[in-house]
Amino acid sequence: MAFLNKKKSGPQRLPNGAFTVDAQGRVVSSTVPQAVPPAVVRDIGQQVVAIFEEARRVQLPFSEMIAQYAAFKITARAMRGGAIIFLSPKAPQLAPPT
Amino acid sequence: MAKQHKILLLDDDEQMLELYQELLRQLPSQPEVHVSNSGARAIALLESEPFTLLITDLRMPKMDGLQVLAIVRRKYPHLRIIVLTAVLDEEYRSRAYAEGVDLFWQKPGSTEEFQQFKDCIESLLDREVRGEGGFRGMQSKGLVDLIQLECLSQSSSVLHITQGGVSGKIWVQNGAVIDAATAAFKGEEAFKEILSWKAGNFEILPAEPERPRAIHHSYQGLLLDSAQALDEWRGQHGAEAPTPDQEGTPPASNSVLAPLARFEGVEFLLTMPVDEQAACESWGLENAAQIAAWARATHQRLLQLGDRIGAAPLAQVSGFGLQRHWALAWDGQKGLLCAGFQRALPKEKVDPTMKHIFAKWLS
Repeated sequence: MAFLNKKKSGPQRLPNGAFTVDAQGRVVSSTVPQAVPPAVVRDIGQQVVAIFEEARRVQLPFSEMIAQYAAFKITARAMRGGAIIFLSPKAPQLAPPT
Repeated sequence: MAKQHKILLLDDDEQMLELYQELLRQLPSQPEVHVSNSGARAIALLESEPFTLLITDLRMPKMDGLQVLAIVRRKYPHLRIIVLTAVLDEEYRSRAYAEGVDLFWQKPGSTEEFQQFKDCIESLLDREVRGEGGFRGMQSKGLVDLIQLECLSQSSSVLHITQGGVSGKIWVQNGAVIDAATAAFKGEEAFKEILSWKAGNFEILPAEPERPRAIHHSYQGLLLDSAQALDEWRGQHGAEAPTPDQEGTPPASNSVLAPLARFEGVEFLLTMPVDEQAACESWGLENAAQIAAWARATHQRLLQLGDRIGAAPLAQVSGFGLQRHWALAWDGQKGLLCAGFQRALPKEKVDPTMKHIFAKWLS
């Protein structure tokens, strides 16, 4: 248990992978490695579904979203009754030689 | 009433600050002179109110003058900058000019030198009053002049022009403009966009003879077309409307965002200050309050997600739909910018266009 708690304490560096969620943000299928805590994958799915849903409510519907982080990219595409979400880490930026 | 210029003086030596503050206050234009003894405070002052001129020392503890220049030139492309230093080092001089300073001045040591320095500052301020832009490079020239010069002399070169966080290139081959590119446009559109920038920095890079020709009009025709396009734009936005880059002058349109809306495909714009209680600015939106609430919530969700997955800062978010596309970008000082784009705008153009708009908004 201590080991599990330790893993949850810091931010998770995610690998490549894709998963699908239903309209409630529940993970339906996934190619994300099992090392990634399911709660993290579920959280991403729920946030994405919520963003899609809230956008529809304000008359700003869209079918694809790309969130660009410095070290990561999340691509989400709306599907009938859910979404497919692609996770892709970016290459780390190397420090210039000193 | 004549505009009172604001000068920011940066030096770690308090006595020098007092001396130069007094000196500059005696200028005929009677500028308001503020002082700072650290780079961080100078940047904070620049963020809090607009200044016409920054006069900075180079050697300072913690954040030195070159670091300040790098930040300031990017964030405030219109700010005039003078380096005033006791360091007589050619490397420092070229690095300072590379950062786009207007003048590199050795600290005056005699009455004559003090007078020259004051004359020089007054002349620079006067130039601002007359609204002369000018691109800072090896020499201060208008961009049209520069292009004409390159073409008339049958040169082959690449003009690299930067304005704030955005940049563009114009390829000249044997006196003909053969191509241009910015983040959002290529060819003639890019050329027109670059010509619409009123001030910035330029450098002349070596020719790229292998560059395929994408522009087939003569440079005279291109310059005329660009001037016409700018005139038309000004006509549509009021005769007195400034170019989008003209700092400190409100556009003729009711919305301060109108100049940003001239980018290709823009359908709406919405800015949300960091302070959630402060009013949002919008252009082309009917349900601004709703969209603002959604944009803030979306941004917050993705920020938290980013923290959780260790993805470092959130840079930009884009959405693509059948009716329109949109993008969100965030700046710690200015807040959140949300732009809507017509669906006809190709998806691959949304990100670079948003980056352009964001950079202009910040500048």
